[in-house]
Amino acid sequence: MSTPPPGQRPEPVASRDSAFFWQGLREDRLLGQRCDGCQRFRHPPRPACPHCGSLDWSAVPLSGRGHLHAWIRPQHPPMPAFGADYLVALIELDEGIRLLSNLCDIEPGEIRNGMPVEVFFIDVGESGARIHQFRPLAEAANG
Amino acid sequence: MDSRSAVIVGIGQTEFSKNSGRSELQLACEAIRLALDDAGLSPADVDGMTTFTLDSSEDVDLVRTLGIENLRFSSRVPHGGGGSTGTLAHAMAAVQSGLAKVVVGWRAMNERSEARFGTAQLSGSQETRGSGTGFIEWSVPFGAVSPAAWTGIQAQRYMHIYGATNEDFGRVSVVLRRAAASNPRAFFYEKPITLEEHQASRWIVEPAFRLFDCCQESDGGVAFVVTSSERARDCAKPGARIVHATQAVPFETEVVTNFYHADLTRFDSGIAAAAELYGRTGLGPEDIQVAMLYDHFTVAVFWHLEAFGFCGPGEGPAFVKEGHLDLDGRLPLSPNGGLIGEAYIHGMNNITEAVRQIRGTAANPIENVDHVLVSSGMSAAILGRT
Repeated sequence: MSTPPPGQRPEPVASRDSAFFWQGLREDRLLGQRCDGCQRFRHPPRPACPHCGSLDWSAVPLSGRGHLHAWIRPQHPPMPAFGADYLVALIELDEGIRLLSNLCDIEPGEIRNGMPVEVFFIDVGESGARIHQFRPLAEAANG
Repeated sequence: MDSRSAVIVGIGQTEFSKNSGRSELQLACEAIRLALDDAGLSPADVDGMTTFTLDSSEDVDLVRTLGIENLRFSSRVPHGGGGSTGTLAHAMAAVQSGLAKVVVGWRAMNERSEARFGTAQLSGSQETRGSGTGFIEWSVPFGAVSPAAWTGIQAQRYMHIYGATNEDFGRVSVVLRRAAASNPRAFFYEKPITLEEHQASRWIVEPAFRLFDCCQESDGGVAFVVTSSERARDCAKPGARIVHATQAVPFETEVVTNFYHADLTRFDSGIAAAAELYGRTGLGPEDIQVAMLYDHFTVAVFWHLEAFGFCGPGEGPAFVKEGHLDLDGRLPLSPNGGLIGEAYIHGMNNITEAVRQIRGTAANPIENVDHVLVSSGMSAAILGRT
């Protein structure tokens, strides 16, 4: 199961509240929305902190590391743009927020919930958009 | 019975098929007329209307098609199929508050012959493709493009935590197809399946769902009529009382793309709905004789069973294996065959079956039914005798 071919996948559609996230990806930066009031991260992005109510927040670089929370291998409908075989993965980042993504560079028999993963980025479409992908954490593979 | 109770006094539905051959508006019109006939009422009596999102028929078109004089109340519950039982909460609220005297609820769709839910959902507005889900922004770029994929993520987490298998899911499908087999209204009438046949059906989303874990894409229309208990006494047939109905939108819950709440094995909206229904009515799981649980995918039955306290967390697979959901079990599941066996009219056909179970007119009647639970995830209701 290799990295899906770039350039044919649907481009992300940003909202006004999430524009920072997708803009960050264009610069290979995985950004999280962190509350300026209570310092908690939140995802998906939203204009106010549900914990302290603050409207002030910052787009903060994330570690790009986390663990595989859940995964699936879609078989129908066929999605040629994503390759013949691909994994959709829910990643729980070390900062405590979850992102849906793809898990790449892994054999089916090696997939296990909780395995450590790290981010990388690929192009999608022709407008310069890039998206986050995950693969097994290199250090973990070395023991 | 409380004199301010709201009662379902009529139900109606078209045939369920894969190609209705007519417009969704016509299906809605036919189902509503049948429901009004069933109640002994006419379009002139209707002054309220409710449906839920993803329905292409508008109230204005139904008013002028059916010949309704004036609607004083009209609502559209959010959350797609998850909101289907919410139509009962809205109808009840309208009748009890006096905003309307006779409220029609409907769902009509050509979901197989026109806009299919099971194909790739790559675009669309919040209204046309479901309110309350971030799937277009946060799922589609990663090839998670169908309800099976979105639900499958949560299902895989459940499998991982509790050791549940796709075979466990398959037993739910077998139960529902067995019920559908003796329901002439069901698309899968006289077509039961074995667990082996379930396991031989092709993967849709590995390792969660095979083809027979998925509800059917269907064409059809379903409607109900709600009025006050006082007026219900003058209607044509016995009704089913809405003992209570509620919606549930807990913190950090999304519609379908439900990836963000603390514990994905917990069905937070079901837990919230159960607390409201049981808390308000004084009833509990032991008081329910039939469970109409939203089975868009088999695993959802486990989530409902656990949220509503019929078994403990992670015990859903054992509960079905022990036969409790069979027609002769202690909690028969969707005796119409549910959305997997009868048809997927977006949850609405489970409401009409609940009414038939209360009335004793179902194809697979369960004996001594006092209360039926209907839950569609983000809304739920308990129906009882009048």
